[in-house]
Amino acid sequence: MATTTVPPAPAKKINRIGLERADYKGAASTLCAGCGHNAISERIIEACYEMGIEPYRVIKLSGIGCSSKSPAYFLSNSHGFNAVHGRMPSVASGAMFANRHLICLGVSGDGDTASIGIGQFVHLMRRNVPLIYIIEDNGCYGLTKGQFSATADLGSKLKNGIVNDLPPIDTCALAILLGATYVARSFSGDKKQLSALLKGALAHNGTALLDVISPCVTFNDHEGSTKSYSYVQEHDDPLAELDFVPFFSDITVDYDPGTTTEVTLHDGSRLLLKKLESDYDPTAKARALELLMESHEKGTVVTGLLYVNPQAPTFIDLLNLVDEPLATLPESKVRPPKQVLAEVMELLK
Amino acid sequence: MGISEFAVKEAEASPQEKVINDMSIQVATVNGSGSQTANTVLLRAIFQMGIPVSGKNMFPSNIAGLPTWFTVRASKYGYIGRKKEIDFLVAMNPETAEEDVRGLEAGASVVYDEKLNLNRLRQDLIFYPVPFDQLVAPICPNAKLRKLVRNMIYDGVLAKLLGIPMEEIHTALKKQFRKKASAVELNFNAARVGYDYAEQHLPKRGRFWLERMDATRGKIIIDGNSAAALGALFGGVTVCTWYPITPSSSLAEALADYLRRYRMDPETGKATFAIVQGEDELASLGMAIGAGWAGARSMTATSGPGISLMSEFAGLGYYVEVPVVIFDIQRVGPSTGLPTRTAQGDILKNAVLSHGDTRHILLIPGSVEECFSMGVEAFDLAEEFQTPVFVMSDLDLGMNNWMADPFPYPEKPMARGKVLTAEDLDRLGGFERYGDVDGDGIGYRTLPGTRHPKAAYFARGSGHNAKAQYSERPEDYVANMDRLKKKLETARRRVPKPEITGAPDAEIGIIAYGSSHCAIVECLDQLRQEYGIESEYCRVRAYPFTEEVFDFIRRHRRVYVVEQNRDAQMKSLLRMEVDAAEVGKLRSVLHYLGMPIDARSITDSIVSQEEQI
Repeated sequence: MATTTVPPAPAKKINRIGLERADYKGAASTLCAGCGHNAISERIIEACYEMGIEPYRVIKLSGIGCSSKSPAYFLSNSHGFNAVHGRMPSVASGAMFANRHLICLGVSGDGDTASIGIGQFVHLMRRNVPLIYIIEDNGCYGLTKGQFSATADLGSKLKNGIVNDLPPIDTCALAILLGATYVARSFSGDKKQLSALLKGALAHNGTALLDVISPCVTFNDHEGSTKSYSYVQEHDDPLAELDFVPFFSDITVDYDPGTTTEVTLHDGSRLLLKKLESDYDPTAKARALELLMESHEKGTVVTGLLYVNPQAPTFIDLLNLVDEPLATLPESKVRPPKQVLAEVMELLK
Repeated sequence: MGISEFAVKEAEASPQEKVINDMSIQVATVNGSGSQTANTVLLRAIFQMGIPVSGKNMFPSNIAGLPTWFTVRASKYGYIGRKKEIDFLVAMNPETAEEDVRGLEAGASVVYDEKLNLNRLRQDLIFYPVPFDQLVAPICPNAKLRKLVRNMIYDGVLAKLLGIPMEEIHTALKKQFRKKASAVELNFNAARVGYDYAEQHLPKRGRFWLERMDATRGKIIIDGNSAAALGALFGGVTVCTWYPITPSSSLAEALADYLRRYRMDPETGKATFAIVQGEDELASLGMAIGAGWAGARSMTATSGPGISLMSEFAGLGYYVEVPVVIFDIQRVGPSTGLPTRTAQGDILKNAVLSHGDTRHILLIPGSVEECFSMGVEAFDLAEEFQTPVFVMSDLDLGMNNWMADPFPYPEKPMARGKVLTAEDLDRLGGFERYGDVDGDGIGYRTLPGTRHPKAAYFARGSGHNAKAQYSERPEDYVANMDRLKKKLETARRRVPKPEITGAPDAEIGIIAYGSSHCAIVECLDQLRQEYGIESEYCRVRAYPFTEEVFDFIRRHRRVYVVEQNRDAQMKSLLRMEVDAAEVGKLRSVLHYLGMPIDARSITDSIVSQEEQI
């Protein structure tokens, strides 16, 4: 019997749970070419792949707007929910109550968050429900053709010359003030930083807010806009150089003491913050707020990990839930026995 | 002798016309004055005597200082609806006393605070002045407690005047205060003082008496909100997200109490439920929908204004097909309306709640027993049909105390609907979330967290095809909408059928629903006994209407639809669906005072409409 020898195919790159990068992909994006949101989707795919996240455990939710279309463009093997405008936080929270073992990625925009959804945003932040909330922040309503949103900077100009005369809502400052336990700002064009922050968020247990400046190439990328690629590149003021070391990595990182701050996250992963300018302690809440105020005055865009508290109890802890998902508890656990009803009835006689 | 004096004379002079166990007592107080204990004790004492009784609280949207009326009705016939006439008034509120007295029918009795001098107002009533302040001071040295305790004095006075044994007052107080012996003693002393005062100074003159009978043995007293909370508890609720609003708050609060008592896992001491107060009604339904999508038995409780806020999410639940239960404890609208008064004002709105072509399943409990049983069943229906289910209670049913038989334990196992597991997916090789493989309009779903590469689907409020993919194609949209319509037709055969009683061959039919039921029962007797009018009665218990409702309309010449709103909302829903030839048969009896509906008003309306035939 003749044997044909076939040269072995080059080993496909797989992650720690045996999946390829392709297993984390989504449908083809229908957003504009060059949209910052597409870059963020890429980083999400990359972070989940590299962290070895099991897609079946992920839920991805969104509200309404260009940003909110994006969950369709990553992690096809995860359940998705495109809800109503500004109300992703409530739907995501409810899903987490039902199944505490899910990993929740919420994607929103600046209009979806800071205007119509500000109420739900605020209350989500103060509850510290374990989920990642990504604001794809372009300072405008892209899907309705470029009106200002509430994160647009004072003095920013629309294409047609209209100038924004109201101050912006700083979603990061708000989140820190209200009790979010992992708050970061980044830029869709900064691959390394965004990737590290996303992985850090995946390793965190609590509400992680990532405000990612994500230019709208069609309606808000012109001269006079403070959310354009060129403006953000020129005014980006990174707090630190970020390195993420996952809990499953045995790599040791050498760094000079005094130059780097290390944050150990819930799952044992670490974020290394190599300081660039001044000392910055991301666990100091008041300092974080002060920094944001200063940057507004200077007209810079501070990026990086602004605040983290890996120890704070989450809302799931406060609810004192059983370990098994509420969704799949058997009838014997959720319908009290006959004698309980008899006891209640007796008390009412 | 004037007519009014004659009425009093007659009342006094006809001991043979004693009226036993058939009266209503109204207590008029100021809210925040602690009269609730005295009123509950009065109600319970009568209940313990074996007399069918019901209690209704007419209260303001306020915490302290505004008028409140509590009505106790005792009825040997078992009528538990509101009685239109007041037979015994306890006038404790100086603000409303004069108006309260002027509204009475001749021959009624008034127990009142002596200093109000009410006896000068009318000659045709029986007055019993009581010096509350002088009586309370010696038995309650603590001035702060006096305001609360003085109400117990009228319980004692009524006990003497009506014939309630004092030991029943004592037993009721022990039930009320459980182990607080000092509170029992203080309050009982106050009642005793009232009893003794009446014995010495208030010779009985009226016709009304209470006597022991045996019609409450084994019965319970409960409000509809507690009953609904028990329904949710035994319906296996796992997530309840809510926002405070009268009159539904007490449902969520009762549920929280029951869950903490009966649903902590005995092995771990941890909760098998999440109960969360949301930031508003939008978030409350949003969270419940998220939880329902992820597989929990989830619910919220609200009232009209909350329903208005929830309408966008209700449409999402319908179109994405997420199970969720919404208890709507209806109150008087529009807008803020009369927040503490009762109505059936959300029937039409909830049937079609949200924009676009939307239809919802409504369950309409007509008693506290049904608040419980439909509370259980709503979770089954929501999961079987993967859709929001509304339980349409109201303030009268929800917040007032009702006598009932003990609730039967749900014997049917929980129906969790069409949910595919990883093993199912292995066998099937995949699924279409919005397909219709069974031909009943209901697709199969998977829960997030199902460990299978084919489990995921994308739920979305935007247009989608059978595979849950975004689609704006006309044929996809139409196929989906038609399937949803088919699902509603399946539900039509599954929801609770109406309860039909009376004479099928009678000319007239009466349709009613919800808390109107108890008044209708009494009205049917009035029509028969006083006017010789026979009728058949159909109590609608769900929307979509089942075929029995249409058959009922077909077999009668005139059909009176009785409801507690101005615009004949249920009749409007019926008109949308009955055959064109039947539309003319439908007539209305409408009651929208904010007060619970009463039999006499319904009878009068039907009789006057019949007279015009």
